[in-house]
Amino acid sequence: MMSYTLPSSPAVDGVMVDRRAASFTTRSIKKESKLAALELAVSMIDLTTLEGADSPEKVRSLCRKAVRPWERDEEFLGRRLGSVAAVCVYPSMVPYASELLEGTGINVASVATGFPSGQYPLDIRLRDVERAVADGATEIDMVINRGAFLSGKYEIVAEEIAAVVQACGKAHLKVILETGELKTYDNVRRASDIAIEQIREEDFIKTSTGKVAPAATMPVTLVMLEAIRDAYRTSGKKIGMKPAGGIRTGKQAWHYLCMVNETLGEGWLSPDWFRFGASSLLNDVLRSMQKLQSGEYAAGHDFSDA
Amino acid sequence: MSSTINTGSKSDQSDASGKLDLRGASGGGMFDYAPAPESVKAPIADTYGLFINGEFVDPSSGDRFETLNPSNEETLSMISSASVSDVDAAVQAARDALPEWSGLPGSVRGKYLYRIARRIQERARELAVLETLDGGKPIKESRDIDIPLAAAHFFYHAGWADKLEYAFPGKTPEPVGVCGQIIPWNFPFLMAAWKIAPALACGNTIVLKPAETTSLTALRLAEICQEVGLPKGVVNIVTGAGETGSALVDHPDVDKIAFTGSTGVGKMIAKATAPTNKRLTLELGGKSANIIFEDASIDQAVEGIVEGIYFNQGHVCCAGSRVFVQESVLDTVINKLGDRLASLRVGDPMDKNTDLGAINSKEQLGTINRYLETGTSEGATRHDVNPCEVPEKGYWCKPCFFTGVQPSHAIAREEIFGPVLAVMSFRTPDEALSRANNTPYGLAAGVWTDKGSKIFDMASKLDAGVVWLNTYNKFDPASPFGGFKESGFGREGGRHGLAAYLK
Repeated sequence: MMSYTLPSSPAVDGVMVDRRAASFTTRSIKKESKLAALELAVSMIDLTTLEGADSPEKVRSLCRKAVRPWERDEEFLGRRLGSVAAVCVYPSMVPYASELLEGTGINVASVATGFPSGQYPLDIRLRDVERAVADGATEIDMVINRGAFLSGKYEIVAEEIAAVVQACGKAHLKVILETGELKTYDNVRRASDIAIEQIREEDFIKTSTGKVAPAATMPVTLVMLEAIRDAYRTSGKKIGMKPAGGIRTGKQAWHYLCMVNETLGEGWLSPDWFRFGASSLLNDVLRSMQKLQSGEYAAGHDFSDA
Repeated sequence: MSSTINTGSKSDQSDASGKLDLRGASGGGMFDYAPAPESVKAPIADTYGLFINGEFVDPSSGDRFETLNPSNEETLSMISSASVSDVDAAVQAARDALPEWSGLPGSVRGKYLYRIARRIQERARELAVLETLDGGKPIKESRDIDIPLAAAHFFYHAGWADKLEYAFPGKTPEPVGVCGQIIPWNFPFLMAAWKIAPALACGNTIVLKPAETTSLTALRLAEICQEVGLPKGVVNIVTGAGETGSALVDHPDVDKIAFTGSTGVGKMIAKATAPTNKRLTLELGGKSANIIFEDASIDQAVEGIVEGIYFNQGHVCCAGSRVFVQESVLDTVINKLGDRLASLRVGDPMDKNTDLGAINSKEQLGTINRYLETGTSEGATRHDVNPCEVPEKGYWCKPCFFTGVQPSHAIAREEIFGPVLAVMSFRTPDEALSRANNTPYGLAAGVWTDKGSKIFDMASKLDAGVVWLNTYNKFDPASPFGGFKESGFGREGGRHGLAAYLK
């Protein structure tokens, strides 16, 4: 990429972004709409474990939870609840996950490119991606080069994303901006625009690794949704969105869904276009569903760990 | 960008562009929010009296008029019509209460104001429900803005009550006396708070007249005055139509008139009080400009436009009813505005998800509809892109905007007081300034740009009492509010607002 042209990103002003994002938290979702929203949220979850202590056994229980999120679904819903969208693990765990999830329709997402810091030589990061794909990952969650971004070397950021796209092959790509390190909304918007330009239709942009605070927030997600909206409105290229980290309750989940609904519309209200990166969210969503159906809050220990 | 909106000019449009499906956002798609009706009930009596000398009394004439729920045209209650003699009794009560009230130590007056503020907070949800039933505004707004801000005004002015000599060093602040206050129907409870709180803090006594269509929450405030043990006669509330207001304005024993409402009525009041010793403050109409520069944060500016003109169905004196967009981003702004407009939820004001409620009265709806016709007949293009279906009964006007508006059009010059926006363009900052200032009004303005120097330059040259920068409709009791030119004179809020109630 000898002559890189930075996409022109509009300014983002924090006051009104915060105000707009807060407005979605006053949306009141009731009854059957709430149940539908919660069920949609379950189907959008990338059930995640990203710990140094992860083991094949941990991944097995995660996969089982992904396939059948709620053992008591028939009791409270009168039917089986669908599976989550994906299981998200480190590359070393991909072989186990892909074996267990084969034929289930659940995606195996692997973080790669030297997650979470990305502080490795490019060839190693690309090798990381190729290996994960070869082991069965159908989705790759990459991190951008924040060092390059924050020092203004945007062409490097773009170049590396393009290289990862190549390395992904058929696997879908999610580009993690790590917004907690980018700090300003202007940076979030610029990084979104750079990534959107390099990735393919149906690829995703993603807020965070979950290893840096703050992770996903509603205003940051709104800024990224607006970038997706502008790309779609100008070129027709449709990009997905994944907020990750910090979304822990069913209520938060439907606030995010309202934001998607009112910013991008119905076209994004499916796991093909919107995901939640989360580990503890699932059980709280199930708990909210049980409360809705039975009128009573269950204890946390009534739901199986992943 | 392509969309259903065609502005007739060339832009960055391409055939490959996408169209958003926002039906769900406005309530018609797959992700419906389900009705979320506010469940708190606000009891409403069949009839209400006048609040004079601490008691609710029947009107001397026995005349009453009905107050409606504008979202379904059902009668809520019968309100008393105060005659000249009722107003006289109220002014007399205020006059009698004045020496004792103004003689109290400021700290004691402050205590009463704190009590009122706390009682408003305790009864907040009930007041919000009542405000929405009587006025048609969305419960979301009455709950999150009107009532909390009203409480904040009492808290704020409670703090000033014993510190007036510090507000005006070197002077001995004295109350003006008996204040006649006349308030509009767009923010009935909030405007009552804006008027009553500073007047009481400064030691004045009050005769307040709420607007004819929205008396209920002011009468609740009278109840609160009783509950907190406010001395009798300090606050009197007389309900009625224009004649009641005239009786108050013309009363010889009133020392000051504070009026918020239309410029037409404001001029009549100015004439009536000119040959008298009465002090006068007027907060009148506006045709405020939102100026969007090409370097602005466009998505946020669009939010500002929406907040500016569609907040409270556009029944806002400082509504940003004119938008000037730099030509290079005109199409982008119009397209984004269209998308955003399509996602607004119009309907039952009592539903917590409603963004725009009912128009306050049949008369006002008639006025707005006349302007909609004028706009089209004068040659502007109306964009009616909101897909909501409004109820059959009640007074409804869906939000819309006009493009192709000329500065000479009525919709660009006159205050409509409805959810109707005039979009115009400019090329240079000078042009934006001269167009924005080309109005008889001077209440508010908004400037949207990422460039600080442009912000300060514009703010210093705009003829407007309030200039919001990269935001709109931000209110705070500590910040003075008011206009110039035909938008009135005098300020409300802050230290400047206190000055209007002191001599």
